[in-house]
Amino acid sequence: MKGAELVIDCLVKEGVDVIFGFPGGSVLDIFDLINRSDLKLVLVRHEQGAAHMADAYARSTGKVGVCIATSGPGATNLVTGIATAYMDSIPIVALTGQVPTPMIGNDAFQEADVTGITRPITKHNYLVKTADELPSVIKEAFYIARSGRPGPVVIDIPKDVQKAESSKRYPEKHELPGYKPTIEGHVRQIRKVAAAVKEAKRPLVYAGGGILLSGAWDELRAFIRKTGIPVTTTLMGLGAVDETHPLSLKMLGMHGTKYANMAVCEADLVIAIGARFDDRVTGRLDQFAAHARFIHIDIDPSSISKNIKVDIPVVGDCKHVLEKLNEIVEPGDYADWVKTVTAWKEQYPLRYTQEADGPVKPQYVIEQVCDAVNGNAIVTTDVGQHQMWAAQFFTHRYPRSFCSSGGLGTMGYGFPAAIGAQFGNPDKRVVCFAGDGSIQMNVQELATAVDHKLPLLVCILDNRYLGMVRQWQRLFYGRNYSHTCLAETADRSGEPRMAPTQKEAAPTYHPDFVKLAEAYGAVGMRVSTPGEVRPAIDEALKETARPVWIDFLVAPEEDVWPMVPAGAAIHEMIDESSYTLL
Amino acid sequence: MKHIISVLVQNKFGVLSRVANLFSASVGETQDHSISRMTIVVEGDDPILEQINKQLNKLVDVIKVVDFEGGEFVDRELVLVKINVTSHTRPEIMQVVDIFRARIVNVRERHFTVEVTGTEGKINAFLDLMRPFGIKELARTGKVAMARA
Repeated sequence: MKGAELVIDCLVKEGVDVIFGFPGGSVLDIFDLINRSDLKLVLVRHEQGAAHMADAYARSTGKVGVCIATSGPGATNLVTGIATAYMDSIPIVALTGQVPTPMIGNDAFQEADVTGITRPITKHNYLVKTADELPSVIKEAFYIARSGRPGPVVIDIPKDVQKAESSKRYPEKHELPGYKPTIEGHVRQIRKVAAAVKEAKRPLVYAGGGILLSGAWDELRAFIRKTGIPVTTTLMGLGAVDETHPLSLKMLGMHGTKYANMAVCEADLVIAIGARFDDRVTGRLDQFAAHARFIHIDIDPSSISKNIKVDIPVVGDCKHVLEKLNEIVEPGDYADWVKTVTAWKEQYPLRYTQEADGPVKPQYVIEQVCDAVNGNAIVTTDVGQHQMWAAQFFTHRYPRSFCSSGGLGTMGYGFPAAIGAQFGNPDKRVVCFAGDGSIQMNVQELATAVDHKLPLLVCILDNRYLGMVRQWQRLFYGRNYSHTCLAETADRSGEPRMAPTQKEAAPTYHPDFVKLAEAYGAVGMRVSTPGEVRPAIDEALKETARPVWIDFLVAPEEDVWPMVPAGAAIHEMIDESSYTLL
Repeated sequence: MKHIISVLVQNKFGVLSRVANLFSASVGETQDHSISRMTIVVEGDDPILEQINKQLNKLVDVIKVVDFEGGEFVDRELVLVKINVTSHTRPEIMQVVDIFRARIVNVRERHFTVEVTGTEGKINAFLDLMRPFGIKELARTGKVAMARA
């Protein structure tokens, strides 16, 4: 077989059903075979979209996502998407074309050192020098991407390798002497965990994306049921537990709930499972859970004791470790602690006020969407204020149902992610929350969504600002709204002139998202009063064969509360009423 | 504290740059052509060394990481050095070369090329003695090491 045939053959044998990609000179040989194979290729309009689609396909299904791009600019356009997947440990395999091997290093047309560029943002990468290597490289790449702590793998394939003949075929086994992830946790360590849990008076589970990556939500929920320990999740861990459960404290961290952060502060035992003590979670490190002992269950040894000195480390897959732990764990006496935490939940709920005749509040939109889909939808987000509101005000009940760029914070992720998630879950409802700033960063994928008749609901929480940056300018830069106002006719202070409230009136901002959606053949709607919110959502959810973009004109200066200022301790939360004290 | 770490890696494309992204290292094939040994000298306290160890193990091509700290090991470095010579300085240089069990591997009218192997201390001492004569060029392999056991 030729190299290109081997690529197709190996992908099929890996069980790949859909690839997100864009053609070009150096991948022509592969593309020449794709439309004659069993593989479905989703033609994107920008390679970054392909990487994000593969990423959300992986997040929402647990399978490896695959994307393909040509050499040079095709490959460099994937870079942001690959880095996004790397930071959140998402298994994707990115195939890139490369100029023919004799031309590598010659500044050939559309040449870039892709393995060099992607080395720091991939779990592993390959430059395939001969067709003979291709089958084993592809086998290894998929195994490396999905096993251990998952992550993106890049396979760079020169054009002459795609054309070369080889007798090698997809191998039965891979040979990776240096790569052996630890799956089973050490029994003695697990016993120590059980003993610490039993002894603790104020324990708290802090669960992260590792729960979803390892498919351990049933085991985690069983652990919570069996022990009665309150649980908070990271942004990446949303959906690991059902937030309607009385012991759920929702999200912790910079924009977490006050009660989750207070629980962290008062806990005497923090049980971190598949989480990595990110700075957005911990705030000031030396004051994070200052009275607590730490248990850390993680598959990646380098995550353990990286930021926080851990008392009981357990290296292993969350699912396997929790299974073993559940067999032996016994609850201690946490009655007072649970009573305290429950009181905090009642005392410090997430808050906002929607006035009947006031501007639309973004939180209200999210709550209404959540209610309309009965909490059962895959939610994707971009990055910024709307992302935090989606984390706070959507009630997350189901695993692998929240796709958001946590580590890298990639604006432009959400909309292509919705497309990727829909391909992975054709029968599920997919909703994207975006801001009016971030949606424009991958707006071109509307064509992809319309092509494939995807009934995506896209809610643009349109405040005419780059809201999260504007929030920081308001809090920490004396309200100097330097270049964060997106309204067409902002005056010099950066204040937007509000759009007229009439539904049909021409907006004073650009672009007109309704017309933009219509230009691509999607449905566009605009909502500017609270009364219109729910009817618009219900109307949009009736659409079965086209994406619907709803432009919600929301209160321009609404901010995300509560908030832990960068560098402050996690309990030093501020809210709307107290920020001026800073 | 200074640590010498030995890293066994698969002889794959880009493996040196994956590690060298982190450190300066010397590298060469072992008795098995598919495996190379890298020797790395790093300085750091215990938490830093722990992270270095973990990060090295995280690389897919890395097979084994050994920190020689505490254990017995042999380490050597090889240096090629081109030294200015005149008819006056020639005997003295040859004497020093002899004392250090170094070897003159190339002789020209105005310079010698000398090969010297040994521990870092020995090599630095040799180079200090040569410096007054004028070192024209210098190439060092970096340290290689092996456990005695």
